[in-house]
Order: sequence, then structure tokens, then C-alpha cells
Amino acid sequence: MSEAPRSMETVQKLKFYQKGTHTVGNRLISEAERNVQASIERSNSLTCGHRACQGCGEALGARYAIDAAMRAANNQLIAVNATGCLEVFTTPYPETSWQMPWLHSLFGNAAAVATGVAAAMRVTGKPQVRTVAQGGDGGTTDIGFGCLSGMFERNDDVLYICYDNEGYMNTGVQRSSATPPAARTATTPTLGTEPGNVFGTGKFVPKIAVAHDIPYVATASVADLHDLEAKVTRAMSFQGARYIHINVPCPLGWGASSGDTIKLARLAIETGLFPVFEAEHGRITQVRKIRKRAPVTDYLKLQKRYAHLFKGGVPDPRVARIQAMADRNIADYGLVEA
Amino acid sequence: MLEQIEGSKAMARTIALCRPQVICAYPITPQTHIVEGVGELVRDGTLANCEFINVESEFAALSVAIGASAAGARAYTATASQGLLFMAEAVYNAAGLGLPIVMTLGNRAIGAPINIWNDHSDAMALRESGWIQLFAETNQEAADLHIIAFRLAEELSVPTMVCVDGFILTHAMERIDIPDQKIVDAYLPPYEPVQVLDVEHPMSIGAMVGPDAFTEVRYLQYYKQQTSFRLIETLSQQFAKLFGRVAGGLLRSYHTEDAEFVVVAMGSINGTIKDVIDEMRAEDIAIGLVSLVTFRPFPIRALQEALAHARDVLVIDKALDPGMGGPLASNVAIAFRNMDDAPNLHSAICGLGGRPVTKASLSRLFRQAMVQPWEGPHFLDLNDRVIAREIHRRGKARRAGPAAENILKILERERAEKARARAEAGGA
Ligand SMILES: Cc1ncc(C[n+]2csc(CCOP(=O)(O)OP(=O)(O)O)c2C)c(N)n1
Ligand code: SF4
Ligand SMILES: [Mg+2]
Repeated sequence: MSEAPRSMETVQKLKFYQKGTHTVGNRLISEAERNVQASIERSNSLTCGHRACQGCGEALGARYAIDAAMRAANNQLIAVNATGCLEVFTTPYPETSWQMPWLHSLFGNAAAVATGVAAAMRVTGKPQVRTVAQGGDGGTTDIGFGCLSGMFERNDDVLYICYDNEGYMNTGVQRSSATPPAARTATTPTLGTEPGNVFGTGKFVPKIAVAHDIPYVATASVADLHDLEAKVTRAMSFQGARYIHINVPCPLGWGASSGDTIKLARLAIETGLFPVFEAEHGRITQVRKIRKRAPVTDYLKLQKRYAHLFKGGVPDPRVARIQAMADRNIADYGLVEA
Repeated sequence: MLEQIEGSKAMARTIALCRPQVICAYPITPQTHIVEGVGELVRDGTLANCEFINVESEFAALSVAIGASAAGARAYTATASQGLLFMAEAVYNAAGLGLPIVMTLGNRAIGAPINIWNDHSDAMALRESGWIQLFAETNQEAADLHIIAFRLAEELSVPTMVCVDGFILTHAMERIDIPDQKIVDAYLPPYEPVQVLDVEHPMSIGAMVGPDAFTEVRYLQYYKQQTSFRLIETLSQQFAKLFGRVAGGLLRSYHTEDAEFVVVAMGSINGTIKDVIDEMRAEDIAIGLVSLVTFRPFPIRALQEALAHARDVLVIDKALDPGMGGPLASNVAIAFRNMDDAPNLHSAICGLGGRPVTKASLSRLFRQAMVQPWEGPHFLDLNDRVIAREIHRRGKARRAGPAAENILKILERERAEKARARAEAGGA
């Protein structure tokens, strides 16, 4: 490791990015600001040996998120997992990748099970032990939504993390309410007059989470792991219900190269399709500005789930509709520096 | 202390004496008074160190209990009917994970047609979920069974359902003895989990299990239940010694020693049956009763012994499997499978959706079974005339409409006709 810069000001004034990526390199910032992952003290809560696909955004996101939560909780953390890819690929028993107490109950009840765990910690005299619940977009925005909203509304002391890969991946890539329009899935095939997922459907749960007025809501991305860790750390500083929604590209489900996971996650942000923000007690407090705006075609073209939009060389009018969605996000969230 | 008190209130007070640490509540009739009751005891500080959580559904109620139990807390919830079905996935999950949650089931019918009154459809619907199922005969037993249930569940690490007849028990005012905290503490030690989410000793619970091990995991569930019969008897005896009254156990026989004709039933209906038996005994009829307390695990051996001398056995079901008949009767038939000289089995379906089961009807039923045994289930007090009318009507037109509403209409028309006839007769 090289010497850290002498003062914080130097760091803040100069913007050092890794070449071609916009990611701040660890070497260029002070010890205190470095990634949890950069520390040999990290807990490796989700350790090697799991069976995720190469380039799986969910595995990456979970590792960073849970290690950060572990650090914030002084390693006094229990995880509850919904059914889904993360649950399946981490526990090919007798092997498990979890180096922390971990419980999987059902697909749609992770938030409620976590409520129970948190309550048990209080009544058994271990209030310092914190609870995190995690699930995919299907387990969160669809089947687990009732339990999630209940946990929010009661303001239970649980951090819920949703790994959004925009579909039911574990069962073979089907549409969820987080699947974007036009995307091909096994249940929105590229057939008929409206190939892929239809427009005008779906929901963005972070907004709904904010509407519960819970202490903390954030969106994050595996393209900015530093920000992801910071948000988990911030979330852990609150008591009560907290929600982090992480955009995690899925090479298998999206029909993308394993090497493009980070690139796709970054393009989702830079196009405006995935707004990255923070909210506290029902109000948005921080929005991550787009650094270098990209057209949605840059993002769409890297994924086979959108290939039908670019067939035959004729521009499909639906690309413009997707662009309009991105533009609307940019306007609504103020994603571009005025 | 003896008190004149509502069944639900007595159960709530007794459950509180069991010192549950996490209680999840969701309203559904006829169970609601129980969780309301425990909720009050948490609020007023009578039940200390307990989290009372108002959840958004029964699915969440049991899920919260699952998390709490796996994390080392004594967890309790209650439900009924639609609520039990709404949490069905979690019911199996709790059993599969081996979490000793105790749940009261205020037995109620299942819709459609929606019906809030008592029968055993709910308990029967989830009889194969891996929970222990105990049926209370009286309100005293309904309260007492909870103490036994926590002890049993925790010794075996198997979730346990205390089944109490909705309204008949939950809403009845009776004289009940609420035990002393000291005696309950002597009977029920603090919860010591066999598996727990512990940051000092991290482990993964709930992993995927494939064909190589699934049968063995399931077999262990079976083994635990099949080897629990003695424990269930012992806990009942210990209870009797400490509390000075009988509760729990596998089954209770009433005048079976010399009975050639034996009735088998579960729950509060046994009180009425005993009254009828007393009357028939006064007429020198050799009739007896086996009141089944433990339905799961199903005590085949104990039943065989209790019914060894019976020539005819009449099984009373308060539930109906429309493709088969009475679930309890089907289970009792299995107990007969390997018996030498097995008795004849008669099945009767009674009290569906809260229909009152009177002494007169039962007496008629028993007497008829003795002289005219039947095949298949007999529906006690079935209104044959209405059924005939509706079946006839349905035969006439394709778009016959909804059966439930039609039957209500026919009944109303019959009532009106009768009233008119009465009025005319009165006028004449
Ligand atoms: C009640 C229930 N319905 C359906 C399933 C099947 N199922 C298991 S995982 C899964 C998909 C998970 O999707 P998501 O939550 O988005 O997680 P991902 O696998 O995409 O990470 C489905 C449909 C189930 N296990 N339980
Ligand atoms: S299918 Fe997608 S989410 Fe699942 S392991 Fe593979 S890359 Fe990860
Ligand atoms: Mg998904």
C-alpha cells in the first residue's frame, strides 16, 4: 500500500479516477475512506466457493453490502435471506459461503422473519446484534412486498437489501415487477405485436419505501462500490426500518458478457435509467449526479434481452420511449448538474 | 385460582404464564380475543420481557415467529380458518426447520362459502404439515394444553398447535382455574433451543437439500413424532401431579371397558357425547367413547388398545374432505388396518360451519348406527329436502347459479311458506 495523501482537503479538491472508469482508486484516498473490502479486517461474510455465474452482480453486491454492514455492526449481525439466486448459490450444503449466522425461510417472508430475529435479540438481551434481510427483486417487489411494507410500517429495526437484477433469475429468467419495458424474459418473449415486456407496467420500490417515511432509503449500484459501502454504513447508523435497493446486472438473464457487469451497472446510472439517491425520513437528501451522460442505446445494445429492438437496422420507436424514461428520471431526480 | 372467565381470556392468561418472548398477532374470529388478551397483559406489564408485534398478515405472523424462534426466543401466535391457510407455506416451513413455536388454532370452517363458525376444517387442512396437533375438550383443558404444548414443542423441537373449538370454547364463560406462575415455572423450564442464530457460533440454517438427503431429513421428522407418544403421556402425567387435574395425553377413554359400541371424536363435542352416553348407559346400552386429544402424531397403538374390544366404532368428524369423507374416520381406519378382528367403522360428519350438534341428534345417530350400520359418511341432520330441491334445479338448467346462494334462497322460501301456512291456519 502506498502512503495516503497528507490531508483530506487534497483528496477532496482533486478528483482522482481510475483510468477510464470514474472509480476512485483506494490508493489515492485516506485510510479512513478506503473500501471495507480494501481492509484485511473485512469479515468475508460471503466468502469464496459459492456457485454464482461468472460476473454475477448479485454476488458482488451482496459481498460488499454485507461486509460493510458487518463492519458497521461490529460483526454482530444476523442475515435472513429470501429464496432466490443468492440463497441458492451461497449454500450448496454441506458447503456454505456465509461466515455469519444466516437463515433462509421462504421466498416471500424475509422481511418478517428478520423482524422476528430482531425482536428475539431484544428480548434475549442482545440488542447490539443487528439484523439484515436480503432478497432479489422478485422476493422484494412482488411476493415479499406485503411483508416488506409491514416491516417498514412498523419501523422494525431491520436493514432490508434488495438485489435487483430485474427478473426472476433463479427460476430461469421470468418477468418480475422490476423487469423494464421491452426486456425479453421467458414470460415476456419477443413475440407478437409488443415483443418483450410491455410498457407502462412495473414499480420502483425505492420510491414506495420512501413513502413509508422510514429512517433511511437508498439506491446503489455495483458500479460504485464505494458509494454502496457508504450507504450501507449510513443505513446501519440508524435504528428502525431501512431499505437499500442495489442494481445488480445478471449476465445470464440479461444476455450480457460476464465482463460487462460493471459497465452495464455504470451505464444504467449514466443513462438515467437507474437513479441513485438517498432519502431520510421520507425526504430525498442526496442524488448522485450523472458524470458523463450516455444515450440508452449504449446500454441496451450490450444486452441480448433488448436485441429485438435493433433487428434489421431500422430504429425501433420503443428505443425512444426508453430514452424518454431515462430523460424523465434525469428531470425528476435532477440527475444532471444544472 | 378459580374464576368465572371467558375461554379466550383464560387461555391468554395461561399463555402469558408460559412467558412467551415474541407474540405475533393478526385478527381473525374466533381466535381474536386470545391475542387481544395476551396483548393487554404485555401492555400492562403483567407479561414482562415480551415483544407483542402487530403484523400485516398471518403469513407474516408465523414468519416473525419463525425468525424469533430461530434466534432463540420463545414464540407464540394464534390464528383460525382462512388465517391458517394464508400462512400455510410458513406452517410447513416452521415444521421443516424444527422450530418449537406454539400456535393456538380457534377452529373454524374454511370458505367458500365464508363462514366464521366452528368446525375442524382448518386443523385438518394442515394435518400433514408436521405440527403436533392437540385438541382441547374443555376450556380448562384449552388453557392447560398451552403449558403442555410449550414443554412438548421445546423438548422435541417440533411446532405445536393447540386446537380449540371456535366460539364453543373460545367465547364460552366457564369456571376455570388459572394456575400459579410458580407451578407453571416448575413445569416449563426456559427455552433452550437446539439450533440458534448466534453471532459467536455462526451457522447457516435453511439450505437447499437435494434428493440425496431429503428423505432422511423427512424421516427424522417422522421419527421424532413417532417416538413422542411416551413423552406426550409422561408430560400429561407430570402435569396431573403438579396441577392436580388431567390435561393432554394421547386419548381418554370413557366407559369403554365393556363397550361393544365406541364413539371416537375430538374437541368440545366430547362433552355432549358423554352426556348422551350417560343417558344410554342408564338404559343399559354398552356404549363408550374415546376422546382423542393428540391427533398428530396419530396414536395408532393407543387407539388400537382403546378399541380392542369394540365391535362397532363410530367416528365423528367435524370436517369434510369432499373427495373422501371424514378425515378423522380415514385416520382411524388406518389404525384398524393390521388389527385382528377389527371393528366395523362408521363415519359421521357433524357440526360443519357451526351447526349445533344436539344430544337428541347424537342419540338418534348412535342408536341408528347400532341397528343399521352404513357405508360412507353419514351427514348428521342433513336437510335432505333442500338438497333434493337444489339438485333437481341444477339438473334443469346449465346456468344454475351459485350453490350457496341458491340453498339460502330455498331455505328462505320454505320459511316464508311455513309462516304463511301458519298465518292461514291461525286465521281459519
Ligand atoms: C412461494 C414460492 N413461489 C415461487 C417460488 C419459486 N422461486 C424460487 S426463487 C424464484 C425467483 C427469485 O427471483 P428474485 O427474487 O428476483 O431473485 P433472483 O433469483 O433473481 O436473484 C422463484 C420464482 C418459490 N420458491 N416459492
Ligand atoms: S443467474 Fe444471474 S443472478 Fe443468478 S447467479 Fe447467475 S448471474 Fe447471478
Ligand atoms: Mg431477480
